[in-house]
Amino acid sequence: MSEETKYDGHFAVEGGNFRNAGQVSSRIKNILKDLGCDSDMVRRAAIVTYEAEINIVSYARKGLIHLRAKPDSVRIEISDEGPGIADIELAMQEGYSTASPIVREMGFGAGMGLANMKRFSDNFSITSRVNEGTQVVMQIDQVH
Amino acid sequence: MTLREVKEILDADIIVGEDQLDKEVQTAFSADLMSDVLAFATAGSLLLTGVTNPQVVRTSEILDIAAIIMVRGKRPSQETAQLALELRIPILSTKYILFETSGRLHARGIVGCIVKVGDRSDVRRDKV
Amino acid sequence: MNLELIVESLKLRVRYGAKNLKREVTGGFVGDLLSDVIANSQEGNVWITRQIHQNIIAVASLKEIAGIVLVQGSEPAAETLARAEQEGIPLLVSDLPGFEVAGRIYKMLNP
Repeated sequence: MSEETKYDGHFAVEGGNFRNAGQVSSRIKNILKDLGCDSDMVRRAAIVTYEAEINIVSYARKGLIHLRAKPDSVRIEISDEGPGIADIELAMQEGYSTASPIVREMGFGAGMGLANMKRFSDNFSITSRVNEGTQVVMQIDQVH
Repeated sequence: MTLREVKEILDADIIVGEDQLDKEVQTAFSADLMSDVLAFATAGSLLLTGVTNPQVVRTSEILDIAAIIMVRGKRPSQETAQLALELRIPILSTKYILFETSGRLHARGIVGCIVKVGDRSDVRRDKV
Repeated sequence: MNLELIVESLKLRVRYGAKNLKREVTGGFVGDLLSDVIANSQEGNVWITRQIHQNIIAVASLKEIAGIVLVQGSEPAAETLARAEQEGIPLLVSDLPGFEVAGRIYKMLNP
């Protein structure tokens, strides 16, 4: 852990567990708040983490969220074990979704999740292997 | 206006948050897609929705939504109500449909929590 | 009141259906869950939504919706536009969020 790092931790997310979906994001939001991070940064980090968590629950067997907070930036790394994404460009398109009816009934699965993750991040990258899993790295910087 | 006035305008039942009726609200967001709420709704707004599962409460917590209004007589599942109670997020239930609920509140001075897309200050402007 | 008045008043962008704007509007419906719209919308409603998927046209056609307003500047997917033309469903776009669109149309319907 570098001197600058204020927080470094991993959180496991269970695929298919809709009951707990969002719990990790709530925790992460509170951790960042307690660290005294800028409120806009906390808000954006919470939003992208929540979308990522919903994706893991909706599609993967299991996933891990790695949170690293520095005084003026937050880095969130997502990695999951699951079906992966065959065509990332298509998946990034707003409105494209392969979500199940149960996910849609929750108010997700409208093909906006990945777009939101990119939209609220200052840096966003995604890689995936079919039948293995997906990795997403997002960085959020303090604006001021 | 206060949540108490919102309750009266919508002839709503309070499911969670009887003790928070003095809370002030000025803005609202109507949607059923939580990703849409996440992208556009702002802290302190009312969330008007037909969705009743726990993710509505989670989404509201992430965004610091002032209160959830469930429309068309919908009521939260027990799990949803329990989570709202824990996180202290009020839930009201009205029999009006989402259009009517939005219209009635708008007519009484509640405004949309964004004026137009692209006007947000809390997403970095160069990214929108 | 017909759709044309709403289009003018809210400065909606007409993506399809300029010829179908004389339709009488009976009321409004806000919703993003297709099952909800199928179950609860009424004939002649103007439907306000954030969904851009082509399935919205099939639903609108089934329920004899007067027209669809896509909110927050959401543009219809290409297939959605093509389906709208096939089915003759007016497809309109507003930069305003659903709450505002609903509030303004509500005011026109309930002066």
